[in-house]
Amino acid sequence: MSRIHVTTTVNGDTVEFLADPRETLLDCLRDHVGLTGSKEGCGTGDCGACSVRLDGTLVCSCLVLGVEAQGRTVETIEGMATGGELHPLQRKFIEHAALQCGFCTPGILVAAKALLEKNANPTDTEIRYWLAGNLCRCTGYDKIIRAVQDAAAEMRGAA
Amino acid sequence: MPKDELKAEFRLVGTRPNRPDGLDKVTGRARYGADATLPGMLWGAVVRSPHAHAKIVKIDASKALALDGVKAVVTRADLPTGLTGEDWNLQENTLAGEKALYDGHAVAAVAATSRLLAEEAARLVEVTYEVLPHVIDVDDAIRPDAPVIREGAADASVPPGMPPNVVRYLDFGRGDIDAGFAAADLVREQTYKTEATHQGYIEPHACVGQLGADGKGEMWVCTQGQWYIRKMCSAVLGLEAAQLRVTPSEIGGGFGGKTTIFMEPLSLALSRKAGGRPVKIVMSRSEVLRATGPTASASMDVKIGMKKDGTITAGRAEFRMQGGAFPGSPVAEGLYCAFAPYAIPALQHIGYDVLANRPKCAAYRAPGSPMGAFAVESLIDEMCRELGLDPMAVRLKNAVREGDTASYGATFGSIGLIETLEATAAHPNLAVPLGPNQGRGIASGFWFNHAGETSVTLAIGEDGTATVSVGTPDIGGSRASIALMTAETLGIRYEDVRVNIVETGALGVNEPTHGSRATFASGKAAVIAAEAAIREMCNRAAAEWGIEPEAVEWVQGAAQPAGPNAGKFPPMSIAEIASKMGGTGGPISGHHESVPDGFGASFGAHVVDVEVDPETGRTTVLRYLVVQDAGRAIHPAYVEGQYQGGAAQGIGWALNEEYIYGKDGRLQNTVFLDYRIPVASDLPPIDTVIVEVPNPGHPYGVRGVGETGITPPLPAIANAIHAATGVRLRHLPMTPPKILAAMKTKG
Amino acid sequence: MRYHAPQTFEEAAQLAAQAPGVTRFLAGGTDVLVQLRAAMVRPDDLIDIKKIPGTAEISRTADEGWRIGVAVAGAQLGAHAGLKADWPGVVEGMELVGSTQVQGRATLTGNLCNGSPAADSVPGLVAAGAVAEITGPTGKRTVAVEDIPTGPGRTSLTKGEVISALLLPPRGAHGGDAYLRFIPRTEMDIAVVGCAVSLTVEGATITAARVVLGAVAPTVRLVPDAAKAIIGTALDDAALAALTKAAEAACSPIDDKRGTIAFRTEVAGVLARRAARIAYDRARGGKQ
Repeated sequence: MSRIHVTTTVNGDTVEFLADPRETLLDCLRDHVGLTGSKEGCGTGDCGACSVRLDGTLVCSCLVLGVEAQGRTVETIEGMATGGELHPLQRKFIEHAALQCGFCTPGILVAAKALLEKNANPTDTEIRYWLAGNLCRCTGYDKIIRAVQDAAAEMRGAA
Repeated sequence: MPKDELKAEFRLVGTRPNRPDGLDKVTGRARYGADATLPGMLWGAVVRSPHAHAKIVKIDASKALALDGVKAVVTRADLPTGLTGEDWNLQENTLAGEKALYDGHAVAAVAATSRLLAEEAARLVEVTYEVLPHVIDVDDAIRPDAPVIREGAADASVPPGMPPNVVRYLDFGRGDIDAGFAAADLVREQTYKTEATHQGYIEPHACVGQLGADGKGEMWVCTQGQWYIRKMCSAVLGLEAAQLRVTPSEIGGGFGGKTTIFMEPLSLALSRKAGGRPVKIVMSRSEVLRATGPTASASMDVKIGMKKDGTITAGRAEFRMQGGAFPGSPVAEGLYCAFAPYAIPALQHIGYDVLANRPKCAAYRAPGSPMGAFAVESLIDEMCRELGLDPMAVRLKNAVREGDTASYGATFGSIGLIETLEATAAHPNLAVPLGPNQGRGIASGFWFNHAGETSVTLAIGEDGTATVSVGTPDIGGSRASIALMTAETLGIRYEDVRVNIVETGALGVNEPTHGSRATFASGKAAVIAAEAAIREMCNRAAAEWGIEPEAVEWVQGAAQPAGPNAGKFPPMSIAEIASKMGGTGGPISGHHESVPDGFGASFGAHVVDVEVDPETGRTTVLRYLVVQDAGRAIHPAYVEGQYQGGAAQGIGWALNEEYIYGKDGRLQNTVFLDYRIPVASDLPPIDTVIVEVPNPGHPYGVRGVGETGITPPLPAIANAIHAATGVRLRHLPMTPPKILAAMKTKG
Repeated sequence: MRYHAPQTFEEAAQLAAQAPGVTRFLAGGTDVLVQLRAAMVRPDDLIDIKKIPGTAEISRTADEGWRIGVAVAGAQLGAHAGLKADWPGVVEGMELVGSTQVQGRATLTGNLCNGSPAADSVPGLVAAGAVAEITGPTGKRTVAVEDIPTGPGRTSLTKGEVISALLLPPRGAHGGDAYLRFIPRTEMDIAVVGCAVSLTVEGATITAARVVLGAVAPTVRLVPDAAKAIIGTALDDAALAALTKAAEAACSPIDDKRGTIAFRTEVAGVLARRAARIAYDRARGGKQ
């Protein structure tokens, strides 16, 4: 199996790696780029733990081939805080105890950020449906919804 | 200590600070099982049986080994022989011996230089099977003519003449059961079934194992208990426990399912065969569902006698549970918990642990209790309706109190069932009016909680901060609660305590984080360790002041003379004592090792409102309330989180989750697409009330909060669906096809 | 596995025609990657058609219909006001496929070519009378969408053929469509039953209709008897009863992990009624 050279932008940095064409973007991020914040919970697009942005679009990185990232822009959880400053969602997740084991948290944060960029003032129902592809087994989602709402309110106030 | 001596006012306990691992977890830095990479690392993959029951005739790995980059293949022949009891069970589950016992049973393992190559090589391992008849359902497995899964697996409890797959038998009770039923105005008996469900943690099992020819090994693994991993891997591989060092990663959920071993010994065995190179194995979701511990499935007959005023006069439970192809279903726990909330004079419990061709069950949040509650709490609801009684009033009327003998024989100490039921009855959710096709259900639940082997060390840093080393992996926020209790005890800031989950070489043996024990047991041990450190710090101050140590007391993080007769010295802070400790006798630490006594049982009550679509049988959960006695909530936000998480899992179990097998004995729903755990849009907000009846067996009153919450949802939802539709579902999950069929039958 | 990213459909068709082993086309990848991961398919050649110019576009055709590129993801359909106004049922069918994340990738064409009888976007396409433009090694042809799937996981496309666009007819005046599915959860499940209805009205009377059921037969099923039951009516109770009966009669489902024969048959009637009401309201109330 010959590997393919891929050049892509991850969290603003130019990154190069050699991908077996069968490897997913998630495999490449984790095993070739060293960014293990995106998680594999299912490998079938059902859990959302691997959520990243690809040219701004929210996707499951387990459903994208690594070679498809050629020339594209990838944003992962590792790029969510700017400088030393946490994104309001990250801060509110900690404050509201919206995580327990934390394994689904990176994917949920990446997905919630994409929601708030599209809809700054979502209803609880809108948040729940937007995040329906992000499984959490620990929290029952209650505190996650509250944290997203509180972050949204803060971001609206700050804007 | 007596209840009235328990402190009620605290500086830190009961507050909600940010959890210490929060920053790592929101930035992607937290390192889980699959996140470790080591120099020279290989990847492992597991060959699994596609058959539910089959003789293994031959394993030919020559094609796999011929691939460039394949470094080792391991089969049962590479493992030691002569194991007995649970050690043999663990080894047999790690790698099948003569027979594959379930779809997904590991048969061989391969190590290669990449994940893709290892998977390719695993496909090239040729296994010749001779397929045998199989049995899946518990009621089929207990038949006298069922396919025999293993001869000689029954223990001494099983009387002669029992069906061949019964491996444990229980029979216990109290009082005169016949007289009890005779005294009742209404006696009803029904059969209930629950299907196997999976813990469903989002993080698949993952480890990196390394084992040299010298028998020294290392392992990085996501687990609830690093010492269990060490003990079990050592037993399965014939290693000396002290030579294996196990470091727990952050853990992406466990719920009981990560208290045992699956592929961990394979990584070590492969490593040893591959010249000691580390081997990483990460399960796929399908492997998790096919081959790691789901819970048991249950078939249960329950009979209850009730007087017209709601007094329960007698109860009988006969439970059959299969926990896969090995002994160990939680049938005993299910029976112990079934009637635990009720003071009933006459009780009889019969239990059968039954083998079936399914994966070896593992613990799942209050193992056994949800099944028992589904049966008993459903039947009580049915009888309350028949007698025209308020189900809440009946629960209060029969509720156990302090001093009562529990249904399972123990004597209850301080418990909070009455307080929990009263808080439930007073909650505004019960006053919300219901519309058409809507119904409300209530149910109670119980879990013993647990203490277990515990070892904790606390070290005072040079600046007066404290490091606590505990052996219980943090799943739900226990580092935060242990830090709060330690800081409260030492009189320092929460931020000045760091709690580390440490590897097996750093402490004495610890049981896993199971049984709702981490905050109770590691917390209690941390407090005792802190008290030991305080005594030593008082000694240092006394020495400096030249007074007796007994004349020094510890107040607000400082040593001070205990009263005017002790002498006049300004308080000596922890920071001051710590800064000088090198010259005053050396490092200051405290430690505690024990099986702590005094764990306290926990009761909960749930109220759920549902709406059922009369045309499709689809259930929508409209609102949900969890009320539970925490003893004391050290970090209330994470107590609420446990309540909400337990309720969500119970809702999934009640409505949608189940192991579905084909006629061929293969698991059909091996991905999250069809193993349907609740998604965010399935659930309403989950309201919580924390009842606090402090446990006198813990310095801060902790009971343990992790498990009780999964127990009431199963019957509460069944009771609500009955209220909404008039039909009674006695077989979980209560899927739309089942509800619609029941509604049509009723007409 | 070799990865190809051709620049034209002709090139893609040639690659596929000449490939000696197993070939798969890659659009959104939400089915293909799952199959790769589970080793259900192990292609020798994977042909990514997303780099072909125009595949990510939605455009008006000369006859006021729509041309939808094969790489247009679900989220893009949902964000397209014009298409949504004309064919809300087509769009809502696609939007039900998977999660928000899957919507960022999954395509109508992929959903069609996966060959699942439960594909959520296909009943709406069939009800709308959509047509697939196919490029093959010897040229282009067009085929009605209902003639693409031939059974679970199978299509009528021959070796080397690739769908190069989907074409929706002009909606015209006084038309409406709708798609509903039944799943046990609120999201993330495969349809247990699906039903799309497209109809046109004159005043209160239905003048034309197409009723399509999903997940109740080996392929998505167009049910002319169900359409007949409501054509010429104002969707009154008698018409709805006849529609229910015709929908139920068209079912030949299976018992499986997702539903039973009895349940699927019953719910097919329920969804047909409900979808017809929505489509009817849309047709009468103007385009939603």
